[in-house]
Amino acid sequence: MIRDRPLVLVLPALAGLAFLVVPLLGLLVRAPWAELPARLFSAEVGNALRLSLVCASLATALCLVLGVPLAWLLARGDVPGRGLLRALVTVPLVLPPVVGGVALLLVLGRRGLVGQHLEAWFGVSLPFTTAGVVVAEAFVAMPFLVIAVEGALRAADPRYEEAAATLGASRWLTFRRVTLPSVAPGVVAGAVLCWARALGEFGATITFAGNFPGETTTMPLAVYLALETDPDAAIVLSLVLLLVSVGVLAGLRDRWVGGAG
Amino acid sequence: MSLRAELRVVRDRFRLDVDLDVAPGEVVALLGPNGAGKTTALRALAGLTPGGRVRVDGAAWDGLPVRRRPVGVVFQDYLLFPTMSALENVAFGLRARGVRRAAARAEAARWLERVGLAAHAESRPRALSGGQAQRVALARALATGPRLLLLDEPLAALDAGTRVHVRAELSRHLGEFTGHTVLVTHDPLDAMVLADRLVILERGRVVQEGTPAEVARTPRTDYVAHLVGLNLYRGVAEGGTVRLDGGGVLTVAEPADGPVHVAFPPAAVSLFPQAPAGSPRNTWPVTVAGVEQHAHTTRVRLDGAPPVLADITTATLADLRLRPGDALWAVLKATEVRTYPITGAGGG
Repeated sequence: MIRDRPLVLVLPALAGLAFLVVPLLGLLVRAPWAELPARLFSAEVGNALRLSLVCASLATALCLVLGVPLAWLLARGDVPGRGLLRALVTVPLVLPPVVGGVALLLVLGRRGLVGQHLEAWFGVSLPFTTAGVVVAEAFVAMPFLVIAVEGALRAADPRYEEAAATLGASRWLTFRRVTLPSVAPGVVAGAVLCWARALGEFGATITFAGNFPGETTTMPLAVYLALETDPDAAIVLSLVLLLVSVGVLAGLRDRWVGGAG
Repeated sequence: MSLRAELRVVRDRFRLDVDLDVAPGEVVALLGPNGAGKTTALRALAGLTPGGRVRVDGAAWDGLPVRRRPVGVVFQDYLLFPTMSALENVAFGLRARGVRRAAARAEAARWLERVGLAAHAESRPRALSGGQAQRVALARALATGPRLLLLDEPLAALDAGTRVHVRAELSRHLGEFTGHTVLVTHDPLDAMVLADRLVILERGRVVQEGTPAEVARTPRTDYVAHLVGLNLYRGVAEGGTVRLDGGGVLTVAEPADGPVHVAFPPAAVSLFPQAPAGSPRNTWPVTVAGVEQHAHTTRVRLDGAPPVLADITTATLADLRLRPGDALWAVLKATEVRTYPITGAGGG
């Protein structure tokens, strides 16, 4: 069998695999295992971890509230220019996050298009606050949720919605009781992806929310910060993020395999 | 008070043009080949596909959205909501119409009991057999007290064994229902057993309607003749003889004049290896085109003027040792031939 695989393909393939795996192994090798427990429970790591979990979860909640209806509109609402809408929704996927952060500053900053009114009317200022972290993370992560939920909606049989209509159900009741439960696995998968993306968000966050320990310094920002002053701390923080990523991957895999079976 | 529908749906190159009247308590079956527009007609009645006008009990349903129409629909594969129990499925329509939770569940439980599924109230649709799912779908459709019950191929998804039983059950429930019922099927047996009246659709139009007995005795299209298992020809009658459009002349027992249908059962045809002596009428040469084994008889497809289907016994089959291409003589008893004038919707 091996003879059938040309070396010209196998060698680059193995190199590629090593390229992806070796840096992660490096993290494990260089980790300060002896002082790991102490580091993990230090205030510095604890604060960043707590802030990251809270912000990523809030961002995911925000994405669910806004993204699920948006996915429904794209999949079911007969809106003109749906292709264009879908393209617009996916822009944050390919946009460099730092550009997203700049764009958010321009719109939601203190002198921004919307931000100045938020400040004047409600006294709300988003940039460089914990709320700003949530906004930045949601901006970058929402496409993951929208795409996953829209895909699930398009795969769901619309005739169930017709059946609900013949039983007298309004579209809202149909959405709540028939459509949403049938796409629940897709919503969960989308939410997990969205959460993982929000947890790792760096560029938009540091641009829009800055880097204030305890307030906007999430794990990725803390890693970056610690790398110059305390490399061991950076490794510990990175390990935690790696663990979360692997956990998300394993969780999604189980869900997808379970859903297919 | 009754239902009157003028259904007009145009989609791509298909055009549905069907007028339908249903009396209260009456069960009308829309019967037709695939693509005849049966399901489209049903969807238009429910309001799922726009087109045409529907009046029920004097009230116009035109422009009424689906959810405001007092209809109950049993879909072809039932479409029970997979995330709800059987009871929640049946209660759904009542809840959607504003009935309180406890009252809706109690009413749904009564319906499940009526269809004999009280023990399966908490089951998910996935755990139900085909026959059980069909009965839940029926209970769900009837629970909201519709004025119009629509059933799309209600027995098509069931295996033969379950089907007989569920058909009898369904017949009983349709008998108790006081509203209007329209059911769609391509199975003549389902239609004959369940319906008071058959409406035959072909290519979006009504080609024949009548009671099951009328349709079975006097088919007016090749499709209906095939369904009810009769030989059918068109021709012009002059007294006791009919000159068939496709060639051939038949002598009939009931004298008639003008354009007529001629129908007779395949069992009225006998086959002989040689021309029988002393029987000059309704005897013509044929060649074997095909042989099909049915339960207790053998059906032989024969080419000739006219081509004909003949049912013969296994003994005759053994005597004749039929092979495609064999030359035989067909003999038809005039007393078993029915002639009736070509009239009515699309009959000609």
